[in-house]
Amino acid sequence: MSEIREELRYSEEHEWASPPAAQGRVVRIGITDHAQSQLGDIVFVELPSVGAAVYAGESIGAIESVKTVSELYSPVTGKVVRVNDGLLDHPERVNESPYEEGWIAEVELDAEADEALGGLLTAQQYGELTK
Amino acid sequence: MSDPRRTPLYPRYADYPASRCIDFGGWEMPVQFYGIQQEHEAVRRQAGLFDVSHMGELEVTGADAERFLQRLTTNDVSRLAAGQAQYTLLCHPDGGVQDDLLVYMLAQERYLLVVNAANADADREWLSSHLQGDVTLTDRSADTALLALQGPLAASILSRVTDAPIGALAPFRFLQNAEVCGARALVSRTGYTGEDGFELYLDAGDALRVWDGLLQAGAPDGLLPIGLGARDTLRFEARLPLYGHELSREITPLEAGLAPFVKLGKAGGFIGREALAKQQREGVPRKLVGVEVLDRGIPRAPYAVYAGERRIGEITTGTQSPTLKRNLGLALVEAAYAARGTEVEVEIRGKRLKAVVVATPFYKRQLPEGGDRS
Repeated sequence: MSEIREELRYSEEHEWASPPAAQGRVVRIGITDHAQSQLGDIVFVELPSVGAAVYAGESIGAIESVKTVSELYSPVTGKVVRVNDGLLDHPERVNESPYEEGWIAEVELDAEADEALGGLLTAQQYGELTK
Repeated sequence: MSDPRRTPLYPRYADYPASRCIDFGGWEMPVQFYGIQQEHEAVRRQAGLFDVSHMGELEVTGADAERFLQRLTTNDVSRLAAGQAQYTLLCHPDGGVQDDLLVYMLAQERYLLVVNAANADADREWLSSHLQGDVTLTDRSADTALLALQGPLAASILSRVTDAPIGALAPFRFLQNAEVCGARALVSRTGYTGEDGFELYLDAGDALRVWDGLLQAGAPDGLLPIGLGARDTLRFEARLPLYGHELSREITPLEAGLAPFVKLGKAGGFIGREALAKQQREGVPRKLVGVEVLDRGIPRAPYAVYAGERRIGEITTGTQSPTLKRNLGLALVEAAYAARGTEVEVEIRGKRLKAVVVATPFYKRQLPEGGDRS
């Protein structure tokens, strides 16, 4: 069974977003355990650029396994403020630790956190989706 | 589309929690059992067992069988003796490829053709429509299972489940009526991985027993079942063509670098000979080359390849080589840009990335016993 974390919010495209601390607007995003296990051995991650505007549901990069190329979608709308450069040399971290070491980017939200994350799935809803 | 077809080994796929099936030419086949990387390494270092029962087997018999195959295939069938196999191609009159295949000479006037699953029905029709004289074509696909045991330890593992002298088999030679795990098999020293190995043709009803027996015999050596994902990366590193990628109706064998298997001078000619001879004479317009992307990015089919502003071709297969960890592709490019060291660019998601033409095969096993496939 793949791991789903209670505190995160999820998109139907199998990305996660971590709610920011109180009053904060920066969320960390990545792909879910389910997604990494479906992709298999990840060998390349194309990250978005810092400063890039990203839109919920739109492509911000790509994740490649040995055999497949998958679009990476942003679960939220905002501006990229940080990316996980470590993935360039260690893309396997997405497989090994999708919620921690394998995070993809941090996005400063355009909207209030409640509003930006409100449209995403809860852990329970995401669990239903991937059952 | 009708329901996907399944091989006799289908019930075994579910034994592996990480196994995943895909549709491959109308067949529900495993793309992986554990993970492509792990399976790929197992074949390069120890051994792997492949279910390739989806391949088509066509038997050609009759007094005119040799003449018929000489006319339909590009290689020289008359060079075969019973117990020998040959890599060859079926071409159309314009030189485009209908399929690539192995021809096994079982006996005088009796041959077995092993063709790609996705092309099997079309091949059968193509061959049927050209029958002449005393030739009978029989489709054996439904009652034949095909397993491939590949890797440096393949011979050692196979020798534990057979008394047949398989260690003495040279590449592209085969034994009929060998007993493997108690079942009758045709065992040939052939494969599609760039490693030493064997292919075992069995009655479909014996497939599960031999699959289980081989996996058990090879378990102490690290033998793993291997899916189509690693089969593709293994053949790619060894520059073995895959129909639909390096070969097609629009690509000639000469463009694909398969001239050694095209015997333009053989007696009687063959379908496609005139077009291929002309291409040979006037110069092959495109060539299949190796490409390494030097910027960060992985080439994939069918990304475009550029030299300056000129689009010179496209990637036919590409991946990060599991053995070499380099981002490599095979590409069909204009002949003028095929020289090793030529600087090119590959367009990946709208960006042109720096790349260079490199030597192929990307991977070659160290032992010298390989021989060529002619």
